[in-house]
Amino acid sequence: MDRRDFLRFSSLIPFGGMLRLAHAATSPGTRRLLVLVELKGGNDGLNTVVPYADPLYAQLRPRLAIERDQVVQLTERAGLHPELAPLKPVWDARQLAVVQGVGYPDPNLSHFRSIEIWDTASKSDEYLDEGWLARAFERSPSPAAFAADGVVVGAGGMGPLAGRGVRTLALASPEQFLRNARLARSEPTASGNPALEHILRVEHDVRVSAERLHPGRGFAAAFPQGAFGNAAGTAAQLAANPAGIAVVRLSLGSFDTHANQKGTHAALLRQLGEGLASLRAALMEIDRWDSTVIATYAEFGRRPRENESGGTDHGTSSAHFVMGGAVKGGLYGAAPQLARLDGNGNLPYAVDFRSYYATFLERWWGMDAKPVLGDRFQALEFV
Amino acid sequence: MRLLAVLAALLAAAAAHAAPIGYDGARHLLDRTGFGATDREVREYAALDRAAAVDRLLSGARREAVTPAPAFATAPFAPFRRLKDMDPEARKAYQRTLVQQGLELRAWWIGEMLATPSPLTERMTLFWHNHFATSQRKVRLAQLMYRQNVLLRREALGNFAALLHGIAKDPAMLIWLDNAGSRRQAPNENFAREVMELFTLGVGHYTESDVKEAARAFTGLSLDRDTGEYRYRPFFHDAGGKTVLGRTGNYDGDDVLDILLARPETARFVAQKVWREFVSPTPEAAVVERWAALFRGARYEIKPLMRAVLTSDAFWDPDNRGTLVKSPVDVVVGTLRTFDIHPSDLRPAAVQVAVLGQNLFAPPNVKGWPGGDAWIDSATLLGRKQFVERVFRGSEGMGAASAMAEPEATMAQAAGPVGAGAGPGANASMQRMMNRGLGSYAFNPQRWTHSLAEGESARDLEHLVLAAAPVNAIPADADAVERVRALVADPAYQLR
Repeated sequence: MDRRDFLRFSSLIPFGGMLRLAHAATSPGTRRLLVLVELKGGNDGLNTVVPYADPLYAQLRPRLAIERDQVVQLTERAGLHPELAPLKPVWDARQLAVVQGVGYPDPNLSHFRSIEIWDTASKSDEYLDEGWLARAFERSPSPAAFAADGVVVGAGGMGPLAGRGVRTLALASPEQFLRNARLARSEPTASGNPALEHILRVEHDVRVSAERLHPGRGFAAAFPQGAFGNAAGTAAQLAANPAGIAVVRLSLGSFDTHANQKGTHAALLRQLGEGLASLRAALMEIDRWDSTVIATYAEFGRRPRENESGGTDHGTSSAHFVMGGAVKGGLYGAAPQLARLDGNGNLPYAVDFRSYYATFLERWWGMDAKPVLGDRFQALEFV
Repeated sequence: MRLLAVLAALLAAAAAHAAPIGYDGARHLLDRTGFGATDREVREYAALDRAAAVDRLLSGARREAVTPAPAFATAPFAPFRRLKDMDPEARKAYQRTLVQQGLELRAWWIGEMLATPSPLTERMTLFWHNHFATSQRKVRLAQLMYRQNVLLRREALGNFAALLHGIAKDPAMLIWLDNAGSRRQAPNENFAREVMELFTLGVGHYTESDVKEAARAFTGLSLDRDTGEYRYRPFFHDAGGKTVLGRTGNYDGDDVLDILLARPETARFVAQKVWREFVSPTPEAAVVERWAALFRGARYEIKPLMRAVLTSDAFWDPDNRGTLVKSPVDVVVGTLRTFDIHPSDLRPAAVQVAVLGQNLFAPPNVKGWPGGDAWIDSATLLGRKQFVERVFRGSEGMGAASAMAEPEATMAQAAGPVGAGAGPGANASMQRMMNRGLGSYAFNPQRWTHSLAEGESARDLEHLVLAAAPVNAIPADADAVERVRALVADPAYQLR
């Protein structure tokens, strides 16, 4: 039997992914959409959600502190960066949760290691292969009729969706995806070559999803120009798709502002604020705002004390946003304790990021979070 | 009995080393060390044994490009300009210039990959670009990116210690990892951290304190804003004592680099990366350890390391062939080389490579492109297939509809060499340029078939084009051209 015969023969063996699809039960909870926004490079939480009333804040940041009168006030102690003003109406509608102090014990200050920890929901000294969402969907698959478990918009790796038993797509827009999907023609086979099997699995996922993805529709809501605005538009298209999708992942960055942070950070937050506001408008238009939750994450925040280059170095815990029609707005976690920095000058964490994740798994999708996260983490109350 | 078996195995191994590498072996060697290969090149190498073939590759190594540098790269240095100080029109024009130069630079490098008599030199230059991953998104000046590329090529197969010392003083790197402005009053840790984590030791082999102490030693390595050259600024430098990796002294940046080079982890880290680039996705610890010892023993000369790698049984093991996923550069440059396609304008190729996820001179971050399986997701796989279809179907595959609506978001990330500075218009025009330009990249079956050796069989064709057996059966009655189209459309074409 030569290699080609073997390939032909082995193509008769059913593929893992198809088996799983055939047996997947319909669980109504998974109709709900989670849109994750990765703030790549580590966003400066203190200049995003500003503890403007804390005198230590201005002391630590003589050049970078946001002036008190510029802050978009949320409470008497916390306010948003001025470029996040488009999120103020969401706050006023009590649909924006601001989770402060999200981090983990023994924080790692390397971008790559720390985002790996976030993506796999591992302990600081534990190495896991699969993304936390991939693990979740392997245990509790999306309904068979779904177009995909997750869609990654644009480039940047699969992140929390990386894993073998999960159906994930990367695309720029549904329209463009559908135009090219006809080029994926191969059947999955077992070849003993992991690289080839990966390629064939992607081809397979493309074909399955192509049958269930509709080309985009128009929105009255206008999306801002630029890559993140386009990605927000694609997220809205995907939310409108008749066949379900459980997760859409967007990304924005780089937030790695070691030098001359002020202008760069402002420009990024403007894209974030405008992009999320337009996505909200579009979701309301198609009546998906109540069944969608949008949440940010990043590998870490930045160090409270600014550096000599007008920037900030790698830090630890940070503030994150959760918004949606079903979200209970308000402040969660704990305000940054600027008087209690660790030996590296970094903030202690108040909320374990796995508690943050557990909230989506348990309270949004009704899954058991413990086997996914490896331990019991207390969910928060924001949904 | 056992002795005899060992002896027999040794003899077999020796025989494998001395025997001609053959057509498949030559194809494997040239594809792994270069970007595709023509039938003629493969035949030239087929008669050589391993050592002779590898010696021929290594002796051809270059320290300079054969292609003349783009005009802007060698023009007098245009000092840094503060965007803030410009009026909006001037700012736009300036940013447009930077984008255009960035694109020219990318096209120039791809041109060098196509024209060079030593593709191995360019593969190693690209390997070091990915190792010391620096992006024009932050550096902005294409001229400085060009200069870094010159350094990477000079030491591509030269000396890793020299390369590391050079990179620490390389102006693009000084901007990229913020060392240019790092002062003793508050050292910037960015370079100190990445030099340990990503350039030498690897994660887990240093402490936070080592990073902070090393950052103090690197203060003073800066640059002259008027000439764009490296400049040491004694006033910035922290001359006090430092303790790095257990050693204490009044170290400067070079001292710390030497401390890092003295550690066995450094050679191991590089050797492991070389395995992943040239052999397979799963390094064998024992072999990597041998290569690392040899590398360190050779005072980080790169050629002895590469000779050991390329003559190793692991490299030649049939089980390791076709196990690597092609990078976008492999796909685009490899296709042009293998099929003898010579476009006059290489900017569309540069944009195509970027759209497929490898925007040269703009890796996603300082860790470089993750590579391997990560090259392939639904978006990039379809992009690769679309590229191949365009090239091999000529104009008929280029419907007006597909040319009209290229992915905006992908382009924004890919074509914006200087990030947001490129402006919304730049991406749209770049995408139009790529779509128009790729129309002239058509495969010419008559000319190509002519270049094949007399009596080339269908089997040979398959072995030239693919690194692994095709997944999809090719109709027996297919003619040579149909056969080629089927082979490049096969999933196995994505492997090397």
